[in-house]
Amino acid sequence: MSLAGGWYLGLAAVLFSIGAVGLLVRRNVLIMFMCIELMLNAANLTFVTFARMLGDIGGQVLVFFVLVVAAAEVVVGLGIVVAIYRRRSTTVADDLNALKG
Amino acid sequence: MLSTSYLMLLLPLAGFLVLVAVGRRVGDPVAGWIGTVAIAGAFVVACITLAGVLHQPADHRVFLQTYFTWFHVGGLTVPVGIQVDQLSITMCMFITGVSMLIHLYSIGYMKSDRDYPKFFIYLNLFVFSMLLLVLANNLLLTFVGWEGVGVCSYWLVSYWFHKDAAASAGKKAFIYNRIGDVGFLAAIFLIFEKTGTLQYVGGPGGGVFGQAHHLSGGTATAVVLLLFLAATGKSAQIPLFNWLPDAMEGPTPVSALIHAATMVTAGVYLLCRMNHVLFLSSNGTEVIAAVGGITAFVAATIACAQQDIKKVLAFSTVSQIGYMILAVGSGAYIAAIFLMVCHAFYKGLLFLSAGSVIHGLDDEQNLKRMGALRKTMKYTTLMFTIGWLTIAGVPPLSGFWSKGDVLENVYAHYKVLWFLGLLTAVLTAYYMTRLQTLAFGGEPRWDKIGPHGEPALHTPHEPTWLMRLPLVILAFFSIIAGIFDLPWVHHYTFANWLAPVFSGTLYNDHLHSTAVWVLSLTDVAAALIGIIIAYGLWRGANVDQPALEPEFLQRVWYWDDFYDAVIGRPSQKLAAFLAWVVDARVIDGAVNGAAQLVKATGTATRKLQTGYVRNYALGIALGMAALIIFLLSRVWS
Repeated sequence: MSLAGGWYLGLAAVLFSIGAVGLLVRRNVLIMFMCIELMLNAANLTFVTFARMLGDIGGQVLVFFVLVVAAAEVVVGLGIVVAIYRRRSTTVADDLNALKG
Repeated sequence: MLSTSYLMLLLPLAGFLVLVAVGRRVGDPVAGWIGTVAIAGAFVVACITLAGVLHQPADHRVFLQTYFTWFHVGGLTVPVGIQVDQLSITMCMFITGVSMLIHLYSIGYMKSDRDYPKFFIYLNLFVFSMLLLVLANNLLLTFVGWEGVGVCSYWLVSYWFHKDAAASAGKKAFIYNRIGDVGFLAAIFLIFEKTGTLQYVGGPGGGVFGQAHHLSGGTATAVVLLLFLAATGKSAQIPLFNWLPDAMEGPTPVSALIHAATMVTAGVYLLCRMNHVLFLSSNGTEVIAAVGGITAFVAATIACAQQDIKKVLAFSTVSQIGYMILAVGSGAYIAAIFLMVCHAFYKGLLFLSAGSVIHGLDDEQNLKRMGALRKTMKYTTLMFTIGWLTIAGVPPLSGFWSKGDVLENVYAHYKVLWFLGLLTAVLTAYYMTRLQTLAFGGEPRWDKIGPHGEPALHTPHEPTWLMRLPLVILAFFSIIAGIFDLPWVHHYTFANWLAPVFSGTLYNDHLHSTAVWVLSLTDVAAALIGIIIAYGLWRGANVDQPALEPEFLQRVWYWDDFYDAVIGRPSQKLAAFLAWVVDARVIDGAVNGAAQLVKATGTATRKLQTGYVRNYALGIALGMAALIIFLLSRVWS
């Protein structure tokens, strides 16, 4: 059980790292979004793993909250992306630096 | 008859308020008449009050009336009330009388002035303040009047404020007076500290005079010297006398009323009112006598060398008030008041006559540009001659009696100061004769080109009857005022009338009657010597005699230069230091430095905000990594 839990946590860490690195290196807003989702799901996987390992249902409940929040976030985020694309005809994050100091 | 005496205060105040409300609308000359009628009303009330006081037996002539309580703080209750006694009603009589005449004169003199109603607004407020000063039944209310006359003096000196000289003269007068006022305030504090009251008589514990025994040696001297400091400011004595000659920038009726007849005598009045306190400090009164005598002499020497007709009269006023202060210091309060009343008449007369001359010569005040006015201004010449002979001390005019009274008392007390006073009498006769000869005698110089290329003046003209009438009345009183206090009359005299106010504090001279005769003859001799010398020196056609007008005297013994060097310029340097070093560098530096710091921080940190999402994400990632390392290090250690 503990060995299996370790594998799951390792997978979650790998998924999270892929998401984080992807967020840092990619310029396309849609890809960056996917990376964020990847990181969120890595976190979810961690929650579920620990819930199983510790026999605590709380971790699994929390995952549902995360899924709901992620869904809402994607709705808002994609809405913004569509709006930006209509105005600027681009989805490259580095072109969107109007808030530069 | 005494219950109406508050009207004396209310009428000028009402005149002031009415003029404030409608003065500009009614304009010239109605505004002047409103002001004059208000003062005339106050004069009538003063006469009625005087009759009421005279009606009472001689030792029951003090009337206190309290109208309401001004404020009540801790142990101090300050009532608003008046004290009618022999001293205050004497003051009120000549204040209202002379004010009325000068108001009347001003109707003509200020004709076609731009701010005609404003002049009478200030003048009425001045009379109100002066009467409040004199009638108040406690020190604080007197101080209110004291400040009131000060501020009116400031407004009236700088009445023609568009002239630079007038504006600065007003400021100078105000600041010099302020220095004296510090003394007055400190004296009030000390008196309250020691006696617990500010009322002169009556009230808790019999007032200040009833509690005067609480003022012991050192405190009494301090109080007397502080009161005297106040008097030197208001009454233009050394060391604060320089403001008065500059105050001549004001209109001539103002010079006559405020800076000769009434306001400048307020210091003498204050010292006389506080005679029971002065009595406690012989050191204090010695200082007062010495300063008065020296001022009388110094101012008289300066008057001998002035070119401006009003400046001569201004220094003459300083000198005459010096006599009054000398009398006060010698314990001769009655002589001081007597001289004050006579001086109000003859100095008012001299100033108003000088005003006629200035008026007739289109505002020319330089004596060197006058001459032979006797031919064109016969009436003014006659009036000025009466004033001249009165102030010079020629018997039987009032100046002879009043000045003689002062000198006699001083002789009995301080021989050295008496000699100084006698010298001053010679100088007084000298400078007044010089003035008379230069202005009215000799050959006309007003029809020539001036020394600095001024064009020749028109033929001088006499003023209207409105301006002549006050001159006659003042001349009449200048001549006869002496009968109030003739030395061989013992009842119904000024001395008897005022004696209860100064009971126990008067210095009794006990001079032998032969001594009195000799002193009187000396005074006459002094006057004649001065007149003869001046006539001999100034009668000729040569009016420019630098040897007789040394720079030293023309520049007021370098007194102003001294203040300039000791106080003015160091203060200016200090102000420059504060402005350009302390303010500009230290204070502004701190404020600007704080702003600069914020700005620099902002400039440095704004570079962090690149606008690239990946940079922010990297920041978050690094932060998180650091946090994890930190937590792990806590766990493993």
